[in-house]
Amino acid sequence: MEGIKDKVAIIGMGCTKFGENWDKGAEDMLIEAAYEAYEDAGIGPNDIEAAWYGTDHTVGYLNPGGSLVANALKLRNIPITRVENACASGHEALRNATFAVACGMYDIALAIGVEKLKDTGFGGLGTGRGEHPVLEIRRTAPGTFALLATRYFYIYGLSPEQGKMILAKIAVKNHHNGSLHPKAHLRREITEDMALAAPIIAWPLGLFDCCGNSDGGAAAIITRADLAKKFRDNPIYIKGIGLSMDQMLPLFRPGFDWLGFEANRVASRQAFDQAGITQPRKDIDLAEVHDCFTITELLIYEDLGFSPKGRAREDVEAGTFTLEGELPINTDGGLKSFGHPIGASALRMTYEVYKQLQGKAELSSRQLKNPKIGLSHTLGGPPQVACVAIFGNSIG
Amino acid sequence: MLGIVSYGAYVPWFRLSRDTIAKAWGGRSIGGERSIANYDEDSITMAVEASFNCVKEIDHQSVDGLFFASTTSPYQEKQCSSLISAAVDLPSEIITSDFANSLRAGTSALRAAYNAVKSLSAKNVLVTASDCRLGFPQSEQEQSFGDGAAAILLGSSSVIATIEDAYSVSDEITDVWRTDRDNFVHSWEERWVLTQGYAKSMERAISGIMKRQGLKPNDLAKVILYAPEVRSQRDLAGRLGFDLKSQLQDPLLTGVGNTGAAHPLLMLAAALDEAGPGERMLLASYGQGSDAIILQVTEGIKERQPKPRVKDLLAAKRMLPSYEKYLSYRQLIEQAPELFNIDSAATTMWRTHRWALNLHGSKCRRCNLVSFPIQRVCYGCQAKDDFEEVKLSDKAGKVFTFSLDHLAGGPDSPSVQTIVESAEGNARIYCLMTDCEPGEVKIGMPVEMTFRRFREARGFYNYFWKCRMIR
Repeated sequence: MEGIKDKVAIIGMGCTKFGENWDKGAEDMLIEAAYEAYEDAGIGPNDIEAAWYGTDHTVGYLNPGGSLVANALKLRNIPITRVENACASGHEALRNATFAVACGMYDIALAIGVEKLKDTGFGGLGTGRGEHPVLEIRRTAPGTFALLATRYFYIYGLSPEQGKMILAKIAVKNHHNGSLHPKAHLRREITEDMALAAPIIAWPLGLFDCCGNSDGGAAAIITRADLAKKFRDNPIYIKGIGLSMDQMLPLFRPGFDWLGFEANRVASRQAFDQAGITQPRKDIDLAEVHDCFTITELLIYEDLGFSPKGRAREDVEAGTFTLEGELPINTDGGLKSFGHPIGASALRMTYEVYKQLQGKAELSSRQLKNPKIGLSHTLGGPPQVACVAIFGNSIG
Repeated sequence: MLGIVSYGAYVPWFRLSRDTIAKAWGGRSIGGERSIANYDEDSITMAVEASFNCVKEIDHQSVDGLFFASTTSPYQEKQCSSLISAAVDLPSEIITSDFANSLRAGTSALRAAYNAVKSLSAKNVLVTASDCRLGFPQSEQEQSFGDGAAAILLGSSSVIATIEDAYSVSDEITDVWRTDRDNFVHSWEERWVLTQGYAKSMERAISGIMKRQGLKPNDLAKVILYAPEVRSQRDLAGRLGFDLKSQLQDPLLTGVGNTGAAHPLLMLAAALDEAGPGERMLLASYGQGSDAIILQVTEGIKERQPKPRVKDLLAAKRMLPSYEKYLSYRQLIEQAPELFNIDSAATTMWRTHRWALNLHGSKCRRCNLVSFPIQRVCYGCQAKDDFEEVKLSDKAGKVFTFSLDHLAGGPDSPSVQTIVESAEGNARIYCLMTDCEPGEVKIGMPVEMTFRRFREARGFYNYFWKCRMIR
């Protein structure tokens, strides 16, 4: 099996301000993300030959298809496909567009994702998924991810206080990073004490262990690698994309250990293999990972091979994943600071990797020194699907 | 020999002190406490609990009848005994019937079951009675009523108490009633109800059956007289020549309250818990007339170690902290609507009832992996349609992990979300925990499954399973 390494490049990206965008609809955010990406790539709407649109549940349940993107951007008579794969929906847009360009079908494609969560009237992502009338009644995202924290603390002998302190350090790091990013939703620094004293959302997770509930949109314009330099000097190349769908809901899966996700491990291995990465902690310069909850980020350190199993705690305490650390993670503040407008998140993460690899982070204080390889990762749920995409700023 | 093969009782976990109710209204307390069904319980779920306790050690395939008696059936139209039968996991070749409208419904169902077995139209009939009645706020009934259920299995082999005779009188009297438009129980003047209704009918039925059987008061070891309140019961027993101390069965009014149609059977269960071989018992119920039944305990009672006994159920309890909690559990005060709610579909519930109501999992015939909900393709070895159904409802389990969710809402917030690992093949069941103190939940805690009402959606009630600590 041939991988996707160095076949496709990103030549333009856009990202809206994430937050409670009360005065903006999904169409407004699609327009803002797409036009920033057009400008960045130096193209116009008529250059787009095909589009993939990732969203989870924004606007219309009855077969809206790709029409929202067509309507907002007035993209006429080109294929536009709506994709949905839970929290990995934005990655799915990028992944499918990448394969279409790689096979030579299109030269320029748009991958775009959006979610308008602040029209639901509910703080959080709602309960259950509606797959069955009674099976997941009152299941919430924090309630589900808290199951991991309880088990992780139990297995590794952490008292609730010790466990929550580790999680607090992750929250503090991501809030700090988010405070430096002008497009983040939550831009306030917090302290460990604030995190520990915060109201409980789903024990053992408190308010600061949970990501924000935000609106947002992000977009990428891609082309074949051999065409990329026609558009810009510093395209970002796709090195690998892995995606894994677990076979059964972890909620009911026999033997599931609640200490991590097989989908994370499999998807990252697929992507690493394609990209030729053998030592993820050393080979990767920054990672944008799916920190829907602080416990999720902790487990991702282990699932993605950044920390040995059961020992992520040591790396958290050593500051390994801070902006100044050995492997900066969630340099823009992550879902923690940006919130999680579902279909937009993967492309927002990719936007940060793209900018960092180009050396174009808005503030010098948050620009990493000469990063070469970056990664974006989403985990969809109820945790069962994971996508990992790897990017680099040079071929080879 | 024909009679009781097995029995079971159920009293909800929560109690409300009558002083708490009285305090809410600035009124007088009648003393003691009453049982309160949790917010996710109703007459159907309590009947399922009692039935489970009754048929725990009985081959379910041998049960060919289920009669459900209640004045507070959640449905005016739609059979409830069929739903109870599915949850208890009885065979589908079964007579199911609902008995309603009178506090005598429990004993009337018992009589009908007795006749069915006697006439050989059924072999083993499970009778379950359950009630969850509402007294008007601030009324004495609000304090004196209780919630509970009982179940009696009638059959003709392995009988622990024979039914010797049954005798009924009917009396047209509008003493205690609820029309099709009422939520709360109405009553005419209490002195008239007790003297002209209760006392007269009970006396006629009891005298009638004693005379027909040629029995004198001291031929009976136990006299189980349903009673809406203590004094009229004691007066009645005294008039009939029974010894209050040695013969009269405790009416369970102080610690439980009047559980309506379930009450005569609940008192019978408590009497059987303490009964010895050879004892003769009288059971009498009231509700616009009276049913009187004479039973004789057999040697078989020694083989039967009921669990839980009624006194175990009384001992396992938590006090509700406030009257307002009770109001919210019975939906007597308006609550904020849930903003996010999953829709329901009668067809989906029907199609998935083997796991959603019967709580069956699938056990792969090739690799033995047990999965819940039922999986057509095995998660372990991908064998297709090669499984047998296994019952998870009667298996204990352990909490594998949990969270206490404050975001989900509901009357018992925080909701306790659990992953249960079942003793049946370590099947995993994601479910809510009920009847619990969130702070006491721990990994490894033993739990059992319990059938509960979820919510109304699309105009009907949705039922499913939760777990609870083993009491």
